Amino acid sequence: MPSDPTLRVKALESLLVEKGLVDPAALDALIDYFQNKVGPRNGARVVARAWVDTGFKERLLADAPSAIAELGFTSHQGEHMVAVENGPKVHNLVVCTLCSCYPWPLLGLPPVWYKSTAYRSRAVIDPRGVLHEFGLDLAEDVDVHVWDSTAEVRYLVVPERPAGSERLGEEELAELVTRDAMVGVAHVSMPDRGGHA
Amino acid sequence: MGGMHGMGPIVHEKNEPVFHAPWESRVYAIDRALFAWQKWNLDEWRHHIERILPSEYLRMSYYEKWLTANESRVVQYGFVTKEELESGRASAGAAKATPAFTPTMAQNYDRGIPSAKDPSVAPLFQVGQRVRARNINPTGHTRLPRYARGKTGQIIRDHGVYAFPDTNAQRLGEKRQHVYSVRFTARELWGKAASPRDFVHIDMWDDYLDHA
Repeated sequence: MPSDPTLRVKALESLLVEKGLVDPAALDALIDYFQNKVGPRNGARVVARAWVDTGFKERLLADAPSAIAELGFTSHQGEHMVAVENGPKVHNLVVCTLCSCYPWPLLGLPPVWYKSTAYRSRAVIDPRGVLHEFGLDLAEDVDVHVWDSTAEVRYLVVPERPAGSERLGEEELAELVTRDAMVGVAHVSMPDRGGHA
Repeated sequence: MGGMHGMGPIVHEKNEPVFHAPWESRVYAIDRALFAWQKWNLDEWRHHIERILPSEYLRMSYYEKWLTANESRVVQYGFVTKEELESGRASAGAAKATPAFTPTMAQNYDRGIPSAKDPSVAPLFQVGQRVRARNINPTGHTRLPRYARGKTGQIIRDHGVYAFPDTNAQRLGEKRQHVYSVRFTARELWGKAASPRDFVHIDMWDDYLDHA
């Protein structure tokens, strides 16, 4: 067998196609789905809805799968969602120390750092140090809640709505919400408009 | 991996693509398509990755692990022979899959995890109770992180009923039981040097817990 992954995958795929075990068109469709159809924009819409609609937020925190289904984001690895809310005195951080569990329908496939041994090993023992590396320094009086995704439950962090965003509508708010904020390694901030009011 | 030292800094890539090379996307899709044949369950799937030699596991990139696991499992489960994998060609006269991979099967990608609502399985613990994680060290697959074994925490949420990974990964039965979110203080897990304001929540099955 060749050692180069590119060649190994080509050899594996052509063999599996030859034997009728996979269909190249189905593979293309799967790749298109994960590259273009799901991603953090889905999660951002959930967060923005929670910010503008208190009733939705209450439903999201009590029974996330049902609330998320209202927006239509239901598929594999999102069946058993739990939403955890950040506040002035509490910060949530999500990790999977055992592998790479991640809420695909809401955030897409996880970034390399989330799957890295560095993040997986340290998020549980040194969450504040990890957050510092991401540029987020929490005050000492803020509780840090780490969620290790060891079962089939997937976690979504509902970040704090940024100060000064009162006039923004739901769609504009969704634009502000980043993947990192929904994993818990960043806050959501207002865009820098290049000047002071 | 939780709590280990020395893994280096976290490298955060700006505007990271979903896949870093076309082969990564192909191996991802092949993996999902093979899963749709339902020859292995998700717990076995995870165990296939974990069986990679630890030194290799740490060296490989994420999708190299997926590729390596798939090369092993297509042989292990009889999809292809070792000779076919090595040559990259089907053996002369080798049977084609019956039925061949179909669009209907593609729906199995999203077969998902069964509902966790099962009133026929009673919980062994209640929200608010103190529990101690068992000190078990199985040689096979487990979802009880090493850093929690023997530690005491509190049940804060009942997630419902799920297959038990330790047996399911070995095809010894689903042994469906309740899974809870258990809250541990960082000091219980890591000692006095940890912040009194840090908490780690771990999802744990009934069979991982004793009353404390």
